[in-house]
Amino acid sequence: MPAVSKGDGMRGLAVFISDIRNCKSKEAEIKRINKELANIRSKFKGDKALDGYSKKKYVCKLLFIFLLGHDIDFGHMEAVNLLSSNKYTEKQIGYLFISVLVNSNSELIRLINNAIKNDLASRNPTFMCLALHCIANVGSREMGEAFAADIPRILVAGDSMDSVKQSAALCLLRLYKASPDLVPMGEWTARVVHLLNDQHMGVVTAAVSLITCLCKKNPDDFKTCISLAVSRLSRIVSSASTDLQDYTYYFVPAPWLSVKLLRLLQCYPPPEDAAVKGRLVECLETVLNKAQEPPKSKKVQHSNAKNAILFETISLIIHYDSEPNLLVRACNQLGQFLQHRETNLRYLALESMCTLASSEFSHEAVKTHIDTVINALKTERDVSVRQRAADLLYAMCDRSNAKQIVSEMLRYLETADYAIREEIVLKVAILAEKYAVDYSWYVDTILNLIRIAGDYVSEEVWYRVLQIVTNRDDVQGYAAKTVFEALQAPACHENMVKVGGYILGEFGNLIAGDPRSSPPVQFSLLHSKFHLCSVATRALLLSTYIKFINLFPETKATIQGVLRAGSQLRNADVELQQRAVEYLTLSSVASTDVLATVLEEMPPFPERESSILAKLKRKKGPGAGSALDDGRRDPSSNDINGGVEPTPSTVSTPSPSADLLGLRAAPPPAAPPATSGAGNLLVDVFSDGPAAQPSLGPTPEEAFLSELEPPAPESPMALLADPAPAADPGPEDIGPPIPEADELLNKFVCKNNGVLFENQLLQIGVKSEFRQNLGRMYLFYGNKTSVQFQNFSPTVVHPGDLQTHILPLAVQTKRVAAQVDGGAQVQQVLNIECLRDFLTPPLLSVRFRYGGAPQSLTLKLPVTINKFFQPTEMAAQDFFQRWKQLSLPQQEAQKIFKANHPMDAEVTKAKLLGFGSALLDNVDPNPENFVGAGIIQTKALQVGCLLRLEPNAQAQMYRLTLRTSKEPVSRHLCELLAQQF
Amino acid sequence: MQFMLLFSRQGKLRLQKWYVPLSDKEKKKITRELVQTVLARKPKMCSFLEWRDLKIVYKRYASLYFCCAIEDQDNELITLEIIHRYVELLDKYFGSVCELDIIFNFEKAYFILDEFLLGGEVQETSKKNVLKAIEQADLLQEKTENMYHSKSFIGCKKAY
Repeated sequence: MPAVSKGDGMRGLAVFISDIRNCKSKEAEIKRINKELANIRSKFKGDKALDGYSKKKYVCKLLFIFLLGHDIDFGHMEAVNLLSSNKYTEKQIGYLFISVLVNSNSELIRLINNAIKNDLASRNPTFMCLALHCIANVGSREMGEAFAADIPRILVAGDSMDSVKQSAALCLLRLYKASPDLVPMGEWTARVVHLLNDQHMGVVTAAVSLITCLCKKNPDDFKTCISLAVSRLSRIVSSASTDLQDYTYYFVPAPWLSVKLLRLLQCYPPPEDAAVKGRLVECLETVLNKAQEPPKSKKVQHSNAKNAILFETISLIIHYDSEPNLLVRACNQLGQFLQHRETNLRYLALESMCTLASSEFSHEAVKTHIDTVINALKTERDVSVRQRAADLLYAMCDRSNAKQIVSEMLRYLETADYAIREEIVLKVAILAEKYAVDYSWYVDTILNLIRIAGDYVSEEVWYRVLQIVTNRDDVQGYAAKTVFEALQAPACHENMVKVGGYILGEFGNLIAGDPRSSPPVQFSLLHSKFHLCSVATRALLLSTYIKFINLFPETKATIQGVLRAGSQLRNADVELQQRAVEYLTLSSVASTDVLATVLEEMPPFPERESSILAKLKRKKGPGAGSALDDGRRDPSSNDINGGVEPTPSTVSTPSPSADLLGLRAAPPPAAPPATSGAGNLLVDVFSDGPAAQPSLGPTPEEAFLSELEPPAPESPMALLADPAPAADPGPEDIGPPIPEADELLNKFVCKNNGVLFENQLLQIGVKSEFRQNLGRMYLFYGNKTSVQFQNFSPTVVHPGDLQTHILPLAVQTKRVAAQVDGGAQVQQVLNIECLRDFLTPPLLSVRFRYGGAPQSLTLKLPVTINKFFQPTEMAAQDFFQRWKQLSLPQQEAQKIFKANHPMDAEVTKAKLLGFGSALLDNVDPNPENFVGAGIIQTKALQVGCLLRLEPNAQAQMYRLTLRTSKEPVSRHLCELLAQQF
Repeated sequence: MQFMLLFSRQGKLRLQKWYVPLSDKEKKKITRELVQTVLARKPKMCSFLEWRDLKIVYKRYASLYFCCAIEDQDNELITLEIIHRYVELLDKYFGSVCELDIIFNFEKAYFILDEFLLGGEVQETSKKNVLKAIEQADLLQEKTENMYHSKSFIGCKKAY
């Protein structure tokens, strides 16, 4: 090691490292390390002042111990001392230690910053570079605050050395990425752009990275970089392989700089200036031409560097998407790579072609490679390459080749790696739906999916086939016949039983004419699977059975027998038990007409974004479905799969507000009251005590449907409101709500949608919908900064009722991505069930890291008891009768208060409706007054509520009176509502 | 580039450089996962893989794996050559570099890397310029160190 020995003076360090390497066991190593740590501690604490060399040596040892994976909690002070040394080597080790072991101790940071400041001001380029490296390595917000303003000055100063400029540019880039708000834009930006013209290639290389990042946020400020970048690129591309001396890499001139310049150009649309554009196109053509030339070297480094530029060039061509000629040439080039012997090139060609497939100019050209790609899917030995091939097939699929691609993917699925099966299943399902010419093919494909890879067919996929079959009557008979046949298999996947059960329950009648699939045969076929199935599937089958009773009266006796069996009526699972009991009673009590109404065929599902497409996007991140869901490439394809009739289009708006409750919203809500039976009902409801009436539970319709709702999200995040045991993120882990929380909550008492919270970093929007005692809430978290939030984790907890330990609300959430990109929005869905009445809303705690600093925030979730209001219409006479029945003093709550807002009758009406109650006209003798009625729906009980609001315009006052059958509810509603006027 | 890891065939981490802020715990977790994933791959497989939302580019040199994590829009092939250029720099500095050089002179490996890459971006691609910077430092070191040398040896021997 000749070069090293001259600088290497730290023998002690080498001895220590050898010792560690000679340790025979982990224990021995730890022992040796502890001995060393004790030694270093005593040296640092000792009376004798250590000389710089020893300090350096010990700090280095600490660093080595840290890099072995042990924690180091001292030595920072000594490292800071080294920083301030005038000796380069000491300074260097000090900086290294600080860079690797950043410590947020503020006192320390102050000292470090001081040392850095001195070095930056030293005018010694070596010291300056060390300081800049350290800032870039640490890159914290504190560093940004201290130096972000100075570095631009150093960068553009006329007398800065080249090496200093290089470090300054990249240091600034790192600070900008961490905290863009700290880097002031100004006149220096224009001078930075001109660094593209710098004579020193290293300076240009560093500066391009900085400019590429800055121009994304301020494209107009940096627009002049386009022509500069083009001319620089053109000079490099046309230079001979030796012109650039040390910047030539294996006969390729300045490959890193070329790639960076091509990346920079991808921040902008094609140049407007014709001359610049011409020059650029020339460059791109030169690169494509060079790819055909024989290689100047056999070394892989030569071909890698050359192809790196080629792939970046192709990316730019795809980005412009305006030069058909170049796009097709790019495609041909990639086609050659598809059969290259280098795995790396095959991988990249498949990847790059994926994006080419979405351009209208090159889509057809990509399609010509279909056989090669299918072959790759079958024969590549590396799973990551096969994955790329599957992606490309998905991207190049259209009406003309869908059948071939889908069948190849199905075949691949049989042997595919477990890791990617689910994704392949989703892709096949999407392609089959999107390009189905006739829907029998679609049904066959999905059933094949279940047969081949049943375990990987997620709920979304089989929900979707049910939706489509329900919405398209031309395929229902075929679907019934096919599932019936599929169920004949001795062993079929449970998902097949689910789909079969649902479809036969809806459309079994369409094949009942054939004696081979007569109603009793259908029933016994399904029932033969019953015992092997999970609870959820058995629950679904019970719903199928009650539907059978309606469809085929001749099966009634058999089915009633099944329902009556002890194994159903006394099943340990409450859901099964309840269904058995309810269905049995329904089938015996209800008349045929009632039965036919209750068990009517499912209405078409409302159109919404395909849930499978959404799932694929979630899996792959945004843009994954882009090749498909653009609709732009093949507008005519919408005729069958998109427009016209009630369709299962995959390309509807992704707006969740369109249909918040999703599938559940489809059937006529099993709305109680209002009409005939209302009187009776209200008596029950308004009577005291928890009148838990199971008869008000889900109707069979709904129970069936609830099968379709994803019942339990894959990762319920422990939101349950467990007050005492506090298993996971219990309430004590969550900070107190922010001071404005109550005020923010109040804004949502009478409305369901809006911005819940906003500060400089984050915006939280809410959309919610409630039906009976169920609710669904969409929370939208928007990152307002340009920096990624990390460890982003929103949690919901309910403080609950401390006295009773009873959970009044069940809230299920889905986990959201832990990273939220700058400017991006993530969505979280909450499913809420109100189990009993409650006074305090759940808390939403949001935590994340922004630029390294932890942020946390606790809000009150806008779920108040009035959300579960069911409006009730009634006549004046009924109203007063109820009013009198609720005459106990504790049943009434009253408030007299001053108006906080102008007293406008229309606004008041809107607010009361928003609050959830029905508004009853002609009840109060005074037309100025407002009277309302409704029922609070919880799972355990229902609370009837009556209210009266009397405005007094002269006094600018209101009197609000609430009467409910439950005392705390009266008071709570009164308080909530009184704050709204 | 988000980070670069050097580890041995036995899975021992030899050098780590992080260009994004992460906690020590996260770093350890990522390292563990990645070392496992990469070591499990067969020699003829391609040098790129998707991992979480990043792209991993790796290459093996003798007993050492060099592994970089880059973002979606970054160029895989040029990253492969970043690795190679770094290996060349180490080789030139140490003279036919081997794993032991990096173990015993880890601080030098860091210094060289800092001259080549800064904040995850290529700073200087010229081999000459990078090594010039390092060698200048070594010259400075030699000058200042000479007066310590004799003393330090005694100090070391005492310590062990």
